[in-house]
Amino acid sequence: MAAGLRRYLLIVVPYAWLLVFFLAPFFIVLKISLSDLAVAMPPYTPTFDPSAGWEGFKAFISQLDFESYIFLATDSLYVNAFFSSLQIAVLSTFLALLVAFPMAYGMARAPDWLRPLLVMGVILPFWTSFLIRVYAWVGILRSEGLLNQFLIWTGIISEPLQIMNTPVAVYIGIVYSYLPFMVLPIYATLEKMDESLLEAAIDLGCSRVKAFWLVTLPLAMPGIIAGCFLVFIPAMGEFVIPELLGGSRTLMMGKTLWNEFFSNRDWPVASAVAIVLLLTLVVPIVIFQRQAERQQEAGR
Amino acid sequence: MPIVEFDAVRKNFGDFAAVDGVSLKIYPREFFALLGPSGCGKTTLLRMLAGFETPTSGRILLDGQDISTVPPNRRPVNMMFQSYALFPHLNVRDNIAFGLKRSNRSKSEVEDRTAEMLNLVQMNDFASRKPHQLSGGQRQRVALARSLAKNPKLLLLDEPLGALDAKLREQTQFELVNIQEKLGTTFIIVTHDQEEAMTVATRIGLMNRGSLMQVATPSEIYENPNSRFVADFIGDVNMIEGTAGKVTKRDGEAYAEVKTMSAATLKARCGVPVSSGEKCWLAIRPEKIAVSRTRPRSAANLVSGCVDDIAYVGNLSTYHVKLADGSLIKAQTANRERIARREITWEDEVWLSWSPDAAIMLSD
Repeated sequence: MAAGLRRYLLIVVPYAWLLVFFLAPFFIVLKISLSDLAVAMPPYTPTFDPSAGWEGFKAFISQLDFESYIFLATDSLYVNAFFSSLQIAVLSTFLALLVAFPMAYGMARAPDWLRPLLVMGVILPFWTSFLIRVYAWVGILRSEGLLNQFLIWTGIISEPLQIMNTPVAVYIGIVYSYLPFMVLPIYATLEKMDESLLEAAIDLGCSRVKAFWLVTLPLAMPGIIAGCFLVFIPAMGEFVIPELLGGSRTLMMGKTLWNEFFSNRDWPVASAVAIVLLLTLVVPIVIFQRQAERQQEAGR
Repeated sequence: MPIVEFDAVRKNFGDFAAVDGVSLKIYPREFFALLGPSGCGKTTLLRMLAGFETPTSGRILLDGQDISTVPPNRRPVNMMFQSYALFPHLNVRDNIAFGLKRSNRSKSEVEDRTAEMLNLVQMNDFASRKPHQLSGGQRQRVALARSLAKNPKLLLLDEPLGALDAKLREQTQFELVNIQEKLGTTFIIVTHDQEEAMTVATRIGLMNRGSLMQVATPSEIYENPNSRFVADFIGDVNMIEGTAGKVTKRDGEAYAEVKTMSAATLKARCGVPVSSGEKCWLAIRPEKIAVSRTRPRSAANLVSGCVDDIAYVGNLSTYHVKLADGSLIKAQTANRERIARREITWEDEVWLSWSPDAAIMLSD
């Protein structure tokens, strides 16, 4: 009996954690998104008053509406921000994959003694604050920055390139920041791969390129999918990178959310943006979890 | 005409000669075993034949043509890997069809041949399973079917039964032989298990430190080893050190008298040419030595000692007999009687005897 109770407690603790720090805030945000803007403190109405009883609760519910969502759908700013975010997230995920796959492949094929060092090298940037690392790119990318100085010194260009405050800078920032999340899962799948599988494919008549397509790539797929989601999900809601590197022209969901909340003090619309962002990400997250489950099953 | 010919093939890895000047001919329809301790170069030899390693020097001929520079995907040779190397993302049918799809065969040809192969290894009922859903023995059969599907001139098997348990391995050895006889494909198997090599192969090449020590049929290599290493590696053997004495010829065979360290004189067939006065070794298989409590009336070779140990393994008993000079000789008898009636036990004084043909004399 005591053992059963203890096991019960073990499950209750993480669920209580999720309830208090995830589900409750989620419902608060959801409620605010359904409220109306008001010049008050807090800046929305209605506010829930438990002392008003059942009638008060009914009146409270009847005042909630989807006005903020309708506003989001009709104002082109938010629609554009959504699609711009989607485009930036998809494209930078793809770019990160292009950079990460050869890295992971090289790491997996490296001699045994070198591999831990290479993995260390990929993880090392996490030892510095994310904000500082992104900010460092300002120093590299700006007109008088390291990159432009170097390119002018080599004579490749004569005029400094305008990279800062453009989408290019945002892509660079996202690919750089989330690269380890792409490299590590791909490396994990490639490292497990039995080298004799490639030999078998070649023995059975494949060229090296064909063997890569028919054997290496399908076997690396779980890692590729995991890596893509790990990059896509945070990139979609990214705020710091477009804020620091993208300038005013780059439109992303995270930035509009910040603007609504802090500049406009429009909490209902800001909450609606947050809810839409969350729902957009729930779909890939669910797919990701399904994939992970299937992979676990196959591994057994 | 040999189907495969190694001509003075060498393979160096850095300073280390993995294969050190091997010349060998393998003929069509043979089931040839490359046998040797780990690190003897047998796998390297096989991988050179498959094309995964290129010889440092020497030539490898397949059907009379030098294939040293032909890439592995262009060789009419297939390999069954030690780990089986089944593609985990493909089911049994697609694994078997993998090589066929890479060749210029029509879709129906590929399907027919795949079905034929599934039949051959009796895996019809498992065609849609993934490799991780199969037992070790089933995986082994799929790997065999996949490597045979393209009807190669030569099938290379790298320790194909190493991952199976003893009972299944024995059964699979006979299956392999049956399939080889049915198809008539030349098989070359690499193994470190001498019993496996003796069971499946028509000829064995025994390797040590990158060189071929002896190439012969299983019975030849067991009865007439040409060196101490071969005698020692294949089966169990007693080695008695001595000096060669008078050499006589009879029926075309040379026999020599050997003076042992304990001054006994023993007679043995000469495995290698020796001249009197030379240092030599006598090799005698334990099962060829008779053990008795009473002195045999006439025996060409006779020594006495006391039973030091008895290893009873059910069907056989091995007596470890200590001679007067302290050396141990193993003699093996089949247990035809129940153990209770066994007449020899520990500390008994016994006589060991054997015929001159049972022992073979080898040089140092």
